Amino acid sequence: MSTTTPTVEAQELAPVSAESLAALLVATERPPRPSALSASLTFGWRAILKIKHVPEQLFDVTAFPIMMVLMYTYLFGGALAGSPSEYIQYLLPGILVMSVVMITMYTGVSVNTDIEKGVFDRFRTLPIWRPAVMVGYLLGDALRYTIASVVLLVVGLVMGFRPDGGVPGVLAGVALLLVFSFAFSWIWTMFGLLLRTEKSVMGVSMMVIFPLTFLSDIFVKPETMPGWLQAFVNNNPVTHVASAVRGLMEGDWPTSEVLWSLGWAALLVAVFGPVTMRLYNRK
Amino acid sequence: MSTSTIAIETAGLVKVFGDTRAVDGVDLTVPAGTVYGVLGPNGAGKTTTVKMLATLLRPDAGEAHVFGHDVTREADAVRSRVSLTGQYASVDEDLTGHENLVLLARLTGHGRRPAAARADQLLSAFGLLEAAGRQVKNYSGGMRRRIDIAASILNTPDLLFLDEPTTGLDPRSRNQVWEIVRAVVAQGTTVLLTTQYLDEADQLAARIAVIDRGRVIAEGTKGELKSSVGAGSVHVRLRDAHRRPEAERLLSTALDAHVQLEPDPVALTARVSDSDRGAAEQASRALAELAAAGITVDNFSLGQPSLDEVFLALTDRTPEEATA
Repeated sequence: MSTTTPTVEAQELAPVSAESLAALLVATERPPRPSALSASLTFGWRAILKIKHVPEQLFDVTAFPIMMVLMYTYLFGGALAGSPSEYIQYLLPGILVMSVVMITMYTGVSVNTDIEKGVFDRFRTLPIWRPAVMVGYLLGDALRYTIASVVLLVVGLVMGFRPDGGVPGVLAGVALLLVFSFAFSWIWTMFGLLLRTEKSVMGVSMMVIFPLTFLSDIFVKPETMPGWLQAFVNNNPVTHVASAVRGLMEGDWPTSEVLWSLGWAALLVAVFGPVTMRLYNRK
Repeated sequence: MSTSTIAIETAGLVKVFGDTRAVDGVDLTVPAGTVYGVLGPNGAGKTTTVKMLATLLRPDAGEAHVFGHDVTREADAVRSRVSLTGQYASVDEDLTGHENLVLLARLTGHGRRPAAARADQLLSAFGLLEAAGRQVKNYSGGMRRRIDIAASILNTPDLLFLDEPTTGLDPRSRNQVWEIVRAVVAQGTTVLLTTQYLDEADQLAARIAVIDRGRVIAEGTKGELKSSVGAGSVHVRLRDAHRRPEAERLLSTALDAHVQLEPDPVALTARVSDSDRGAAEQASRALAELAAAGITVDNFSLGQPSLDEVFLALTDRTPEEATA
């Protein structure tokens, strides 16, 4: 909170100028309706402005991933891979996926808090491409995911992560993760519209994200798990994404895992996109 | 400009939330180019009606047309001609005033530079230039209303919905909002104004609909509506409590109305009926009678019919009872 700027209740307001107001009202030619892309980008710009004004919200996307990678590397590294520096080669791409997938839930929270305020009603009365508001949230969030990825990669490199795929492999991995997270976030736009309070959005998010990220191949290879669990882990979209990102960063180009990840992304948008828009129009 | 002279036309509009019929068969005809007041207590269905007309809610039954466009089937056509300022600030509180206006200008199709120019012009016309770079959450109530209305007229809408625009404002800010509304209407925009205050509707609106429990219970010009309620009330405070019975008799004869004895032992209230003689003239004649009889009047006021009185007259309930 910027408590330093007081409200200006006491201050005298400049008067409303009736003449310039009249001139403003007369002289307008209504511009053409903005394109879908332009409206979405404008909403994306809004999300970035919000980050600029409330930079504290970036704490979650930076501190949390750092904590995760430090904890898991040093806690499990010795036991699982002989040493932390061995383990981080396997773990880092997975932790990257886990952290970014976890912070996608803030999309639902920001949708939900906006609904409480009148500004949502104003957006809904604008003659624009309807999904633009939602796409705008996701574009702003994509910036957060990028920031989180950069932070995590830097910390990983400092801790000894040496990806064989080099810069192209790492960039390809991050790009795939961003595409998947963008698609995954449509689940949260839906819940953001569906649920009444911010708390319930958080609660539901954790219920979905915890099993999805832990019951995957992010921490260990699935071979030692019981058969029924392997069946889940091997078909979990997060496993596909983590394997694909790991493969890309290691320098092999795991075509089938990349296709699986993209397929899941397409499916998520195809299912949750229309549901979100239906809820948005009905709200 | 619109060629049709009817801005809004609804027939049997209904919205049900669970068990409550928030809007229960509303028929409205709003002529273009005027301020139309929708008056009613909290929970009467004013906001729900506005939301349906502004395409935010789908009606459960009935029809509504805005400039001839159906609000459900031709929602986009309606959206391109209307603007809504809700009860709560419909701007983004985290952004500055300038950013909010640029955002909305961009969303209505202005290019980057024209959007910024338009935002500056509006901020200057609304006396908000100094606050332009501050986050809206640090604005006072009056400033919020201004930025909110500024956002609504970015593109000079043909129809502007103002949902309780002065609720919670101090009298000064309230007057300024009224001035803005007058300026907007003078340029040909139709305004649908909801309010809980009769004097606000009286100041601004050409026609008024009184709405209660989701229904329109009275509709007409200000004059028509007032004559159904009476022209106002005379409140009198005497110096001596023991002269009150005598004063009651005199007032009752002079005004030809029932005189109410207040809990305060020296106070009386009489409703002034609407007649050829103005309320003030009737009241002054009544006061002259009291003076002639040697009754000292310490204090006197002539009040407009309040919403309570309109309500009592129309429904035999006060607004408090209506919302209970």
